[in-house]
Order: sequence, then structure tokens, then C-alpha cells
Amino acid sequence: MKQLRRFLDKVKPHFQPGGRLQHFHSVYDGFETFLFTPSTTSTTGVSIHDSIDSKRVMIIVVLSLIPCLLFGMYNVGYQHWLAIGSSTFPFWKLFGYGFCQMFWRIVVSYAVGLGIEFAVAQWRKEEIQEGFLVSGILIPLICPIETPLWMLAVATAFSVIFVKEIFGGTGFNIFNVALVTRAFLFFAYPSQMSGDNVFVATDSVLGLGQGTTVDAFSGATPLGQVATHTGTTLQINNVVGEPLSYWDAFIGLIPGSVGETSVIAILIGAVILLATGIASWRIMVSVFAGGFLMGIVAHYFQTPLYPVSMLDAVQQLTLGGFAFGAVFMATDPVTAARTNAGKYIYGFLIGVIAILIRTYNNGYPEGAMLAILLMNAFAPLIDYCVVQRNIRKRMRRINIKA
Amino acid sequence: MAIQNKNLLTLFNPVSKDNPVIVQILGICSCLAVTAKLEPACVMGVSVIAVLAFANVIISLIRKTIPTNIRIIVQLVVVAGLVVIVNQLLTAYQYDVSKQLSVFVSLIVTNCILMGRLEAFAMANKPWPSFLDGIGNGIGYALILIIVAFFRELLGSGTLWGVQVIPQIWYDHGYANNGLMILPPMALIVTGCIIWIHRSYNKDLQE
Repeated sequence: MKQLRRFLDKVKPHFQPGGRLQHFHSVYDGFETFLFTPSTTSTTGVSIHDSIDSKRVMIIVVLSLIPCLLFGMYNVGYQHWLAIGSSTFPFWKLFGYGFCQMFWRIVVSYAVGLGIEFAVAQWRKEEIQEGFLVSGILIPLICPIETPLWMLAVATAFSVIFVKEIFGGTGFNIFNVALVTRAFLFFAYPSQMSGDNVFVATDSVLGLGQGTTVDAFSGATPLGQVATHTGTTLQINNVVGEPLSYWDAFIGLIPGSVGETSVIAILIGAVILLATGIASWRIMVSVFAGGFLMGIVAHYFQTPLYPVSMLDAVQQLTLGGFAFGAVFMATDPVTAARTNAGKYIYGFLIGVIAILIRTYNNGYPEGAMLAILLMNAFAPLIDYCVVQRNIRKRMRRINIKA
Repeated sequence: MAIQNKNLLTLFNPVSKDNPVIVQILGICSCLAVTAKLEPACVMGVSVIAVLAFANVIISLIRKTIPTNIRIIVQLVVVAGLVVIVNQLLTAYQYDVSKQLSVFVSLIVTNCILMGRLEAFAMANKPWPSFLDGIGNGIGYALILIIVAFFRELLGSGTLWGVQVIPQIWYDHGYANNGLMILPPMALIVTGCIIWIHRSYNKDLQE
């Protein structure tokens, strides 16, 4: 650690005005403040600085995503081994396969996103903002494993430029950057982003996982299967046609976007986020409450016309991206509502709308993404109403006394 | 000489400095609707140039006889008459394109650019400058339409004027058309980008 500090101090003069590399000052500054909490203090006014600045917060969020990431890697391998009809599941091979598949996705997402952030920071002569640390890992986690890398790069570039930099960088974005990436992919390349062939990796990597897929193979996610289901009794199958139980969906050994399948891994992340006080428990609880309530309502009025309504409320919460969205996306402090009362309304509506879209629009098997983006747009309005209501309440109190 | 200069300004100012779409932000609606392909965008641009120029001339000729109370109605009648003529010509000679443009040619009647120019310019100027103003604003509008349509057709369909320009070999290697480009929201984003670039070159337009 001391050596690192010494190295940074040694190269620092080059990046100061007049030094050889002065144009890259913001790059240096970004790395320095990333590695060490800056010791500078405010020079005017009375301020209290916590050493948990936004870079430290981001790192904790990334840590809380690690269980999802690791489990996702394992599950990528597991689904592949299932698809090629293997009867043994060697843990390290499965994991290695998933790691190889995921590695380049993470590299591409970070390289494109951070590349744009660094370039913009240099151009505007600002400090490098750290907002992409979390988005960069979220993006590979919420996309199907078979998304081509160039699409990932295009979508990441689009959302970093048009959702974040245009509005002024980290902390000013209206919409969640990672979700817009996914939305962009979903609308721009629908055939590569949904359907039966994108959620399970079928190619071999570095000699791992060779073999052809078995005849019974179908890579549809549980929600995808349900959306195209006809008839009255509902049965969800895994990729080779064996039935799936509640427990499978809870552990996460089902096809789906990489990070979203395992409710257990998501819950571990949720515990980390809540214990460190980074995510708002109000939003999380109210998203689940809204989803559960709407799930019960949809299940009560179940009809074969909308096959998703035949899922019960618990299945609605465990399948698809709902839990992942509730824990990691809806709680994004930049795009969520800020007032406490607003957080309840915001979260509750996300839950309700997610299930509503999922159930009553067969074209979109997953509604969590659209629900969160929609409520992101309404979050400032919710806050405004809450604040106005409070002002009115207090005004009335004054009038009574006078 | 001075008059000629003024006329030139009337003609060329709306193309860039005073562009109806990207500076006055008028006519955005039709800009979203007709720019998915290059061909309808061009036809729409030409139609608007024609209607705007002649409507400007007609209104300018009768500007002193129009009672102020009902001037909007008179302007609408003139524009509507011209639009009907253009629409008939399109159905006669460009049937496929007029099918694609469908209702949007008729909707030129409600295009804000037309009402804006008639009110702001033709009601107060002589026929010849009004004609130039109409042509200039029409060109400004058509120009933006064509730029937007160029990017939307190229990236959204891989074609230009209906001819495939993205080589087939790209598709074979996994390239795919961007479906979002076909959807109207992307027209707004492309227009936004044009405004962004335009204003970064014209500092005096920055707010």
C-alpha cells in the first residue's frame, strides 16, 4: 500500500500543469482518488465530509453484485452442460466456461464505458466521474449471454453518451444507464435479445464444453415459455424439457440473463446493500410489495388469454429480472425518488407496473426493465408532489395559529 | 444592391442560422413521421417547399385585403388548397410514395412552419421576398429531413433510397440493422444531435 502511494507521488509531477503528461491530469486524478480517499478539505464554509465518498459507495455496490456474478458464471456453464446433454457437472469446468463467456463481456462494457467517460472528462477538463463502475458490471449481468459483443459495445456507448454525458455526467442522469443499455438492445436488436436462442450459451470456449445440443433443447426462459403457453395447466421446463420447481427458480439454475436468475445471490447482495445503508430499504420493500400485490390480483383473475396470469405471486417475484431490478436497479439513488414518502410510491408503482406489463402484454415477457425506466421518468414528479403536500400541510398549521 | 443583399439573406438565412427545424424547433412532428426512409423524406421536403413558397406569395399578394380578424382562416384556406393540389399530383405521379406518406401530406396544412412564415413574413412583405422566404424555409426544413432520413435509413434498414449499401458480407458476420432507428424516438435523437453539432459551430445560438 505504501509503495503504491509512493509510486503515485512519484509520477504526480508529470500530470501537474507544466508536466509532460498534463493533458492526462484527470486520468491520474481519477486513479489517485479511486485508490486513496482524497485528503483535501473544503476551504470555505462549514462542511462535514464523510470518508465514504461516491467512489467508496460504488465499490460496495460492485461487491454486492459479486455473488450474482459468480453464480451467473456457474449457471452459464450449467445451462450449457445441460444443453449438450451431459450427465455430469464438473464444478470447475462449468465455472471456467462461464468465466470465459463473461470475461469479454465485462471487458467490453468497461472499456467502452470508461473510455467514453475518460475522453469526456479530458475534453471538458473535469475530474473523472466514477459512475460507470457499477453500470459497467451491471450491463453484462442484465443482458443475455449470447448478445454479440459489438452490440454490447454500441449499446453501452449509446447509453453512456445520451443518457449520462448529455445530462451532465454522473449524478445528473434521469434514467438508469445500465437499464437504458438493455432497453436499447431490446428495441434495436429484438431478435438477438429475446426468444429461445440467446439465453443459453451453446458454443464451446477454449475447448471447454464441446458438444452439440441435444434434440430436446429449447433455450426459452421460464417467462418466455409462459408467455407463449396455450392451454389451462401451466408447466415450466428447463432447457432439456424437464420440469422446474419453485426451488430451482429460487436457487437460480434456470435460463435467463446472467445475473438475474438466482434469488439467493440477489438476496445476499441485498443484505450487503442494506447493512451498509447504501440502498433504500423503503424502495426494495415497496417494489416487492407492489409486485406481490399485483401478482395476487393477476393470479385471481387468471385467464388463458394472458398465460402469465396463471403464475402465482411467488413465482412472479422469483422468475425473470424482477428481484434483480428491485434490489439493484430501482434503488439507484440518482434516478429514484429522494423523499421518504416518495420512495414508497415510486417502489410500489414499479412493482405493480412490472407485473402489469409482464402479464397483460404478451409481447414483452419481462416488464421490470420498462417499469423501472418509466418510474425513473416520474420520480421527480413524485418528489415534487410530496414536497408540495408537506409545504401545504405546514402552511395550514401556520394559518390556524394566526 | 442593398435590396438584393436583403433578398439573399431572406433566402439563405433559414437554411442554417434561422433554420425552422433546428433553431426555431418547428415542424418536429412531421420530421419524426416521414424520415424513416430517404425517398418519402425528399418528397415531403419538396412538397413543403412548393406549398410554402406559393402560399407565401398568395398571402403576400392579398395581405392588404385580408381582414385581421379572420386572417388565420384565410391562410388556412390558401394552404389547404395548395396541399390538395400537391396531394393530387403525388397520387398521380408518385403513387407508392404518396401511399407511404399517407396522411402526412395532408397534415402539411397544420405544419407550424407554414403558419409561422405566413404570419411572420408574408403578412408584412412583398410577394418576391415572400417567395424567397418560402423557398429558403422549405429548403431548411427539407435539408434536416434528408439528413435525419439518411442516418435512419442507413442504420435502420441498411439501404439508401431503397438500394442496399451495407455489404451482405457484414450481415453474414453478424451485423444487424438497428431496429430502434426505424422507431420515431430515434428521429428525435438524431435531430438532437444535429442541433448539438449546429450550435457548437454557431456560438451565438447557444443559450
